[in-house]
Amino acid sequence: MSKSAERIRHPEVRAISALTRVFDALRRASKSGGRASFAGFAARSHLRMTGLALAILCLSALPSIAQTKPHHYGIGTAATPEQIAGWDIDVRPDGQGAPPGKGSVKQGEAIYMERCAACHGEFGESAGRWPQLAQGKGTLASNDPVKTVGSYFPYLSSVFDYVRRAMPFGDAQSLTNDELYAVVAYVLNLNDIVDDKFVLSKETWNTVRMPNQAGFIDDDRETAEKAFWNAKPCMSDCRPPVTITGRAAVIDVTPDDEKSRRRGGVE
Amino acid sequence: MEGAKGNARDKDTVGDAVGVAPTSRRKFLAAAVGLTAAAAATPALGNPNNQPPNVADWTRTLGDGVATRPYGHPSQFEKEVVRRDVQWLTASRESSVSFTPLHELDGIITPNGLCFERHHSGIAEVDPADYRLMIHGLVDKPLLFTLDDLKRFPRVNKIYFLECAANSGMEWRGAQLNGCQYTHGMVHCVMYTGVPLKILLEEAGLKANAKWIMAEGGDAAAMNRSVPMAKALDDCLVAYRMNGEMLRPENGYPARLVVPGWEGNMWVKWLRRIKVGDEPWFTREETSKYTDLLETGKARQFTWVMDAKSVITSPSPQVPKLGKGFTVVSGLAWSGRGTVKRVDVSLDGGRNWREARIDGPVFDKACVRFYYEFDWNGEPLLLQSRAMDSTGYVQPSKGDLRKLRGVNSIYHNNGIQTWHVKADGEVENVEVG
Repeated sequence: MSKSAERIRHPEVRAISALTRVFDALRRASKSGGRASFAGFAARSHLRMTGLALAILCLSALPSIAQTKPHHYGIGTAATPEQIAGWDIDVRPDGQGAPPGKGSVKQGEAIYMERCAACHGEFGESAGRWPQLAQGKGTLASNDPVKTVGSYFPYLSSVFDYVRRAMPFGDAQSLTNDELYAVVAYVLNLNDIVDDKFVLSKETWNTVRMPNQAGFIDDDRETAEKAFWNAKPCMSDCRPPVTITGRAAVIDVTPDDEKSRRRGGVE
Repeated sequence: MEGAKGNARDKDTVGDAVGVAPTSRRKFLAAAVGLTAAAAATPALGNPNNQPPNVADWTRTLGDGVATRPYGHPSQFEKEVVRRDVQWLTASRESSVSFTPLHELDGIITPNGLCFERHHSGIAEVDPADYRLMIHGLVDKPLLFTLDDLKRFPRVNKIYFLECAANSGMEWRGAQLNGCQYTHGMVHCVMYTGVPLKILLEEAGLKANAKWIMAEGGDAAAMNRSVPMAKALDDCLVAYRMNGEMLRPENGYPARLVVPGWEGNMWVKWLRRIKVGDEPWFTREETSKYTDLLETGKARQFTWVMDAKSVITSPSPQVPKLGKGFTVVSGLAWSGRGTVKRVDVSLDGGRNWREARIDGPVFDKACVRFYYEFDWNGEPLLLQSRAMDSTGYVQPSKGDLRKLRGVNSIYHNNGIQTWHVKADGEVENVEVG
């Protein structure tokens, strides 16, 4: 990938030879009836970049390069460390970006009751239709999956980063760092991920094990759903006579604003 | 319906917008249905004084002068053409969705005021004088851009569809909402004007280990998503105009990320920051939300591309009843993998297919309009459409999709929609087997 970044940063060096190679490759691919298209290739190459896809990137960049030299426009101003610090709130799974501070489960409970429980419920069970934060373990393969911090979130950062930027709902970024650590510690405790005496901080970050960390796979639609690519889909007598098996009208949950039904002409 | 029961227990916000109404609601008033029926096949009566041989009021008198409508609005007779929401779907309107009235539109371009909305913490009202875009992280020179700065860069014009990953999410377990506005209205297609993201990243200078970016919004959700560098350098834009005018506040004014063909959640609105890194961030919106839970209990993550999809927008449940005789079936199709190559239409629930006519421009990762014309003899129809794209992908039936994914995915439901046209011309959303 570092090679690719290098190449992309200096596309004019390689663009012409890449162009020749790509056109040849595309011509071959389309002749053989393959799924050849710039878009198709570019879209499918996002995770594992092949040399061909790289070349296509350079190729697709060509017209704009021709028009947009020089590469540096001298537009924009340097962002100062102070400016960056004010906005740089993201946190990664490895804890990169986690701020200084700490908070205990006990401290978190008090903050949670005051700032969070009205929507999420005192035990994270949710009030009304707000997101449920706790329970749900063992439900993901059921007909009624309950996706919570404990049952679904793969990383501590996924919840910590979110609370830091977006919670409490309507009063975003109002928690101090210590309050943030505390309230997240409490939510972890609600899910039995940490014990009652746990103190969350940068130092204890890596001791937290999220139960569903191994619950995710990368997009594999192009292999798992390969059957959906079909150059000659069936056009006639494709299935036995069809019957209606379900009706939205029976469920009857469409908004009943009568005006959403259009009438003919002007009344 | 067993599906509805399962859905009723889902308590998530609209990313998981698959719930069912907490309580059953009353039926349409019989009177309203009657009116609809009367208006369908025959032209509305209107006012005979304005019809031949009489001369209409507006033919005799002066109308409004210029600039009485400094920013024009649709005709007063088109007031029903609006975005609508489904209030039982979400806990609050600040974190919710409103739907594009697809059944009222034609061609491929969505008017700005009708583009569906999806906000996580309401509409940020950003003063352009205070707008800043920060690019930092693994770059040679961290930069701040004003809106005027962005407008000084070379710009491009591109027409792209934007579809929320949860579009049709309410239909995974069965037909639930009666109208393509609700079943398919989390999509729009406009022309963006903006700066290629590549230019901005190169202006800051990417370090050798720069592999991902994180885009972050300036709204009260500070929505953030990871985007792989290959995509960022390929066709992403920082756009500030849609259909020629500045972005609407609902769509991210004054600047948003454009991630062609990929799920709408990644098109971060009110874009305030791009951080360059060497790994993805695994944010809440790409783990807890916008991941596709399969029957095994494992979930697919980073399912960015929107697969080929289509829907017949007319006839559909919200439009006037179908009348016998010459009939134009009209619909919309799109694919995040490339261009739409072909659309087929079935009148019998997918037994037999005929190729539809694509009319108007066909752009990469944009909507196309298709038509199928025929004489309707009044026999009930099971209308379907099936899109095929430039990679050879064929839009699957809902049954085939469920076989591979189960019914808990919420996102990326691109299964074939069925409209039942009854003998009296009324149209309803159905499932077929």
